Amino acid sequence: MPVEIDIAHVARLARLGLSDSELEHYRGQLAVILEHAARVQELEGDPEVDVTHPLGIVNAFRPDEVRPSLDRDEVLDQAPDAKDGYFVVPPAMEL
Amino acid sequence: MESLTIATAGERLRDGSLKAVDLLAGVLKTAADTEAQIHAYLNIDRAGAGEAAERADNELAAGVDRGPLHGIPVALKDNMMTRGLETTASSQILAGYVPPYDATVVSRLREGGAVIVGKTNLDEFAMGSSTENSAYGPTYNPWDINRIPGGSSGGSAAAVAAGSALVGLGSDTGGSIRQPASLTGVVGMKPTYGTVSRYGLIAFASSLDQIGPLSRTVEDSALTLETIWGHDPLDATSYRGDYPDLFSGIGDGVDGLKVGVVKELAGEGYEPEVHEHVSSMVERLRSSGAEVVEVSLPTFDIALSAYYLIAPAECSANLARFDGIRYGLRVEGETAEEMMSRTRASGFGPEVIRRILLGTYALSAGYYDAFYGQAQRVRSAIRDDFARAYQQVDVLVSPTSPTVAFEAGERTADPLSMYLSDICTIPCNLSGDPAISVPIGLDSRRLPIGFQVMAPALGEPMLYRVASAVETLAGFDARPTIEMVAT
Repeated sequence: MPVEIDIAHVARLARLGLSDSELEHYRGQLAVILEHAARVQELEGDPEVDVTHPLGIVNAFRPDEVRPSLDRDEVLDQAPDAKDGYFVVPPAMEL
Repeated sequence: MESLTIATAGERLRDGSLKAVDLLAGVLKTAADTEAQIHAYLNIDRAGAGEAAERADNELAAGVDRGPLHGIPVALKDNMMTRGLETTASSQILAGYVPPYDATVVSRLREGGAVIVGKTNLDEFAMGSSTENSAYGPTYNPWDINRIPGGSSGGSAAAVAAGSALVGLGSDTGGSIRQPASLTGVVGMKPTYGTVSRYGLIAFASSLDQIGPLSRTVEDSALTLETIWGHDPLDATSYRGDYPDLFSGIGDGVDGLKVGVVKELAGEGYEPEVHEHVSSMVERLRSSGAEVVEVSLPTFDIALSAYYLIAPAECSANLARFDGIRYGLRVEGETAEEMMSRTRASGFGPEVIRRILLGTYALSAGYYDAFYGQAQRVRSAIRDDFARAYQQVDVLVSPTSPTVAFEAGERTADPLSMYLSDICTIPCNLSGDPAISVPIGLDSRRLPIGFQVMAPALGEPMLYRVASAVETLAGFDARPTIEMVAT
């Protein structure tokens, strides 16, 4: 089954700034892989989808107790840009 | 030194005939002699390891015994967080990243007195089957330095095979512990999903990822798993029930057990020598009293296809966190989106980009049901197939890998051929069941061959029982001779 891929759209969704030649390269590779992956449609029957935890764990709640978290300065130390206890980011919307 | 195991070194550390600092020195000497050829480590933590070894000696001398890994040199795959020690997952996007916390497995190793030698190489974010997708250069196989060690835990596997650690930890999403174990002649084990905490493991595909040991012997594998597994409140998928005794069946042999040979994991694409060794081991299990039957699990034929939709789908979501804001690389841009898109395109390597694109596509509007939704149905059918099989047999067996170690560069240009390396190991990730690879021999080129044993969820005692019998029957004691290259 040949697979249609709007690779520029997919790259935009994934926030990957790729050049036109890179996009074309990946489009070709994805087409081959997806053709193989499309074999999932060969499955006979229509099993009930049960892909929850193999040991049947559903929800895990912890007690609602205050406890120490990671050290803020140590965490912010790893950020490319931080100021006054915050992460600094470029504008996310037009003002 | 080269023949030491956790068990034998542990005895000598306790009777005083071996010091942890000398054991570490021996391991570091091996690393110094072999790293230029095999490049198992990204980073060796001499200072931290030295302190841990000294502390172990002092404690053991004072009668403080922290358990089987006390004083034992351990190699850690570099996708597990180590507080204060750089952790990159072999990606440029995390170059220089120093975690503010330890992964739970790392905390447990430290509490157990283990000596963490350093961080080992992997395929970037654990995506690959050869350890060639590392941003810091490939790892080579100690058995033949022109070949790859498998992946993605190729660094930990190569370190254990070469003797630059007594044991290693890896992570297994589609075979990333078992396949490199098979290709480097060591024991590699993927535990039941949920039994080893994933807190502090850099996520690839969260419903499939599981940490486990790479070791020289089956006993060492169980000793290590016993140290790292158990419930962890920091991992919401962590199993809260009773954990079985891993040693309860070791040494009991296979007399009276039912062993199923997986029909689908043979034939075209499987090297004849791999097939011969595996068949011969099956015969030996039969003559040791096991009842051997052939079992068909038809969905195995499409397991790989399902995996290469589910794993990339989950990775595309998990890796969204690498956005140039909280940690790692940032490439500046005018807007947040431009900054993110530049950062990610520049920081991720080609295989990671390929899988993010694949996963994003499989989850996108219009394709979701035909690809991701159908892959989930296949996953359910695989679980049903396993459940049916385990009504008939105690364990399932197969080759771990269809081939022995391949040559460096042989499959890098063709992603699909690389993906086929995991055809035998993927089903147990999709089911969540435990599985192990045990070395059973060398082919005519002196390259190791692994034998896979699979068991139902929480069937680790049965898994180790059969693995231990396989180990005894194989009598595999060969060691690699690393060719020194003139530099």
